[in-house]
Amino acid sequence: MKWIINLLTSSIGQKLVMSLTGLFLISFVIVHLIGNLQLLVDDGGYAFNTYAYFMTNNPLIKTISLGLYFFILLHAVQGLLIYFTNKKKSGGKSASKYAVRTYENGSWASKNMALLGTLILFFLCVHMGDFWYKMKFTDDLAMVTYDGYDQPIKDLYTRVSVAFQELWIVAVYLVGLFALAFHLMHGFSSAFQTLGLRHKKYTPLINGIGITLSVIIPLAYAVIPIWSYFK
Amino acid sequence: MKLKLNVWRQSNNSDKGGFVSYNVEADEHMSFLEMMDVLNEKLISEKKDPVAFEHDCREGICGTCNMVINGRPHGPQKGTTVCQLHMRQFKDGDTIAIEPWRVDAFPIIKDLVVDRSSLDHIIQAGGYISVNTGQAPDGNAIPIDKEEASAAFDAATCIGCGACAAACPNGSAMLFTSAKVAHLGKLPQGKVEHKKRVQKMVAQMDKEGFGFCSNVGACEVECPKEISTENIAMLNRSYLGSMMSTND
Repeated sequence: MKWIINLLTSSIGQKLVMSLTGLFLISFVIVHLIGNLQLLVDDGGYAFNTYAYFMTNNPLIKTISLGLYFFILLHAVQGLLIYFTNKKKSGGKSASKYAVRTYENGSWASKNMALLGTLILFFLCVHMGDFWYKMKFTDDLAMVTYDGYDQPIKDLYTRVSVAFQELWIVAVYLVGLFALAFHLMHGFSSAFQTLGLRHKKYTPLINGIGITLSVIIPLAYAVIPIWSYFK
Repeated sequence: MKLKLNVWRQSNNSDKGGFVSYNVEADEHMSFLEMMDVLNEKLISEKKDPVAFEHDCREGICGTCNMVINGRPHGPQKGTTVCQLHMRQFKDGDTIAIEPWRVDAFPIIKDLVVDRSSLDHIIQAGGYISVNTGQAPDGNAIPIDKEEASAAFDAATCIGCGACAAACPNGSAMLFTSAKVAHLGKLPQGKVEHKKRVQKMVAQMDKEGFGFCSNVGACEVECPKEISTENIAMLNRSYLGSMMSTND
């Protein structure tokens, strides 16, 4: 067992945790996006509400979601640990450790992953407090009845539509998505580098997919609050 | 050409240190170190303490002439050590800031001189081949793939100057360690100990107090030997692989 401790306390092992949890979270972000695009379906919320009902009641999904919460926390805690370790060992004040700076090396995103991650975490707290908490732990939501369902189900669609009438909530979402874009821009390709998956044969493809995802995912998400606000 | 130098002066590691300005008359054909020699001769003739800086071969292969020039390890010219940097890269009237490597694992000894023993400790932990490999073998006596040989040779050009850690916002020595691991691990003689070497060198690197690599890529831009971060991927791959496939 000692080897596992050695692995997970080593610098590369801690980066491995970031890499694997990060890739898992990216896959979640994609699935979550596909599901939530049903908010754009103009059917008074039928598609989205029945989907939300399925996602909160299916035993398999419920089990996977426990893993998701754990990985979000692990990614955040491990990331902050690495940030503080690096801050302590950098030999100065991070990127600006030299008095004169005439040349900027490395992308802005790569040097601000902790800041971007913290923004995303704050966004997640607002986001989950508003929808996830209300859906799962309160009876604040109105109920609606659909054919084929024995009992009325929670009307999350209306809750979301109401929330996105508030300009400040739309603004919080856009800031969160902006942070996500830059976090993914570095994170996706960095995850593969940490795993050691790099070769001139396929690394340009990985980098290309990373940039594409970091643009498309946040843009597609951003459509939801903006469309709801102007609807 | 007339230059104004802002040089970091610090009498020892516990001293706070600070910039001191000097005016120097240099020639554009001089190397940067020759310009520093002019400054020191002037300081000595004025009975002042000369600026301490390291230098040895002055032909770009020893890795000792380490200075951060205007915020860039080894100065503005790509793929060049300070001794190979010439004053024609600067203009008359320029102000040049000169600082030591700033990395936690490299404590400052004096002025621009830092203690890079931490890199030696990483080598001592496993950056060698234990068996006697004898005389240079006959050509083609030991088969090796050309791709591997070239990659090993590229990694072997690392001169251990520490510019990678100096450029890194995290003070990480991953580029150095990975270059040594790739250099030895890709060659037939070094392959035998590769897995355990990787574990030992990474453990030592962590112990020396270097930061973690966050794939910023500043190291490969500033490396005077243009070592690629492909080596870091190989180090990651080898380390994770060795953890999964050795008894330790």
